[in-house]
Amino acid sequence: MIFFISNVKLPTVNNAVASTDTDRFSKMSNNSPILEFKSGSFSVPILILFTDDLKAIGQQLQEKVDLAPEFFKNSPLIFDVQELNKQGYPVNIPVLVEIIRQSGLLPTGIRGGNAQQNKAALELLIPVYSVHIGTTPPDTQKQKNITPEPIVDVSTATTTLITRPIRSGQRIYASGDLVVLAPVSAGAEIMSEGNIHIYNTLRGRALAGVQGNTDARIFCSDLQAELISIAGNYKISEDISSTVGKKSVQVYLQGHTLIIQDIV
Amino acid sequence: MTRIIVVTSGKGGVGKTTTSAAIAMGFAQKGHKTAVIDFDVGLRNLDLIMGCERRVVYDIVNVIYGEATLNQALIRDKHCEQLYILPASQTRDKDALSQEGVGQILEELAAKDFEYVVCDSPAGIEKGAHLAMYFADDAFVVTNPEVASVRDSDRMLGILSSKSRRAEQGLEPIKEYLLLTRYSPERVRIGEMLSVADVQDILSLHLLGVIPESKSVLTASNSGMPVILDEKSDAGQAYADIVARYLGEDKPHRFIEEKKGLFGKFFGSK
Repeated sequence: MIFFISNVKLPTVNNAVASTDTDRFSKMSNNSPILEFKSGSFSVPILILFTDDLKAIGQQLQEKVDLAPEFFKNSPLIFDVQELNKQGYPVNIPVLVEIIRQSGLLPTGIRGGNAQQNKAALELLIPVYSVHIGTTPPDTQKQKNITPEPIVDVSTATTTLITRPIRSGQRIYASGDLVVLAPVSAGAEIMSEGNIHIYNTLRGRALAGVQGNTDARIFCSDLQAELISIAGNYKISEDISSTVGKKSVQVYLQGHTLIIQDIV
Repeated sequence: MTRIIVVTSGKGGVGKTTTSAAIAMGFAQKGHKTAVIDFDVGLRNLDLIMGCERRVVYDIVNVIYGEATLNQALIRDKHCEQLYILPASQTRDKDALSQEGVGQILEELAAKDFEYVVCDSPAGIEKGAHLAMYFADDAFVVTNPEVASVRDSDRMLGILSSKSRRAEQGLEPIKEYLLLTRYSPERVRIGEMLSVADVQDILSLHLLGVIPESKSVLTASNSGMPVILDEKSDAGQAYADIVARYLGEDKPHRFIEEKKGLFGKFFGSK
């Protein structure tokens, strides 16, 4: 099982997709939006093959599926033939696809295939995924023309940027990272589900990872905070050494202890 | 174009009314038609500082409730005919003010070709202070060089940038200026008072001027003459500088350093 990211929110209006790009954009600009593209991340099983013995593959696949039929039923699957090609056993794609389908799985991609295999897969409307850099076959250029690179965007929440001073009594909440270019006054409170960056003086309270992200950090160029917190673990002004101010520091969580460290 | 200026601070007793009276007089002396409005309903003071307490007939609450016209309530200043005062009511409280009422008064003043309208805010962050700053284009934040006053000013700046008309309508934000009052370089030197640099560091605000601690302020208040009219006094000169700077003149800052004695002048020591 791996994480992989692809543009997945499939359009519900098929004729718009079938038309050319220019058509699509003119339609989008004329009317209210019909569809939109978004990136999402899914966990999809990858089937790595070590033999071209199609009979044995069918048998073992069925055995695996029988262990958890509900889990595998109609599950998307990407098959990886890189290992086979390395050994010089180019497998017949249409037959392989048929075998996978018989076991109740839905093949949705091929990885590590040669030009001929990729072509065969595309004829069966199965997309081609590239393997990691360095191991791609020489005809990747052609593949790239067919399948665009997936958009890698791990977090869906955006970064919030604040350029005006955050005054006493003001509160800022960011669902992603928070970047502050102005001072944060005493009595102000800034919160973020992700990291907090303050390229100025922090005199108020800064709480990072407020939804429990223990990997969140606070970066600050002048730490004079009333309180700093990461995922609920906090330090108050009294516990923060007065020597940390006037220089760049980062704050991170080690176990349940906040560590304040200089950034050299 | 009418420019609406709020004189505000959050904390009480820092010199808002003294400042309002002085700068309003300053604008008027320079030939600009100016109105100064007292928003401190229930604790009316501006009329005393302006020396017009014996001529108050109607007040801002009467105008809002339609019991008097704006013309009837505006008092023309004795010293300068370009200056008008709209006093607060002493018998009511802040709830007598309404946003629509205040908005209407300011619109009417704009229609009468007033160039500057100075709103003297009450202390606190409640209704009176909120209405005084709501329609403002510029804010004069009056701060004393001590931590409580600085923090309250900071709080007020937060309210200016989030709850004003300009903030709510997504217009260009209110221009904020810092006025540091009751400043004493001697006490800064011995560490009893925050310095200009300390305050600016905390508030990160454009400094419009420093007004020194001065006996002339109390004398002026008691005699009902805005201190800016006392041209010989240091506070009067400081306010004159502030008005000039606000109107775009280039005036170097004064009253930040300690006054050199005769001995110091000869030897150039500090």
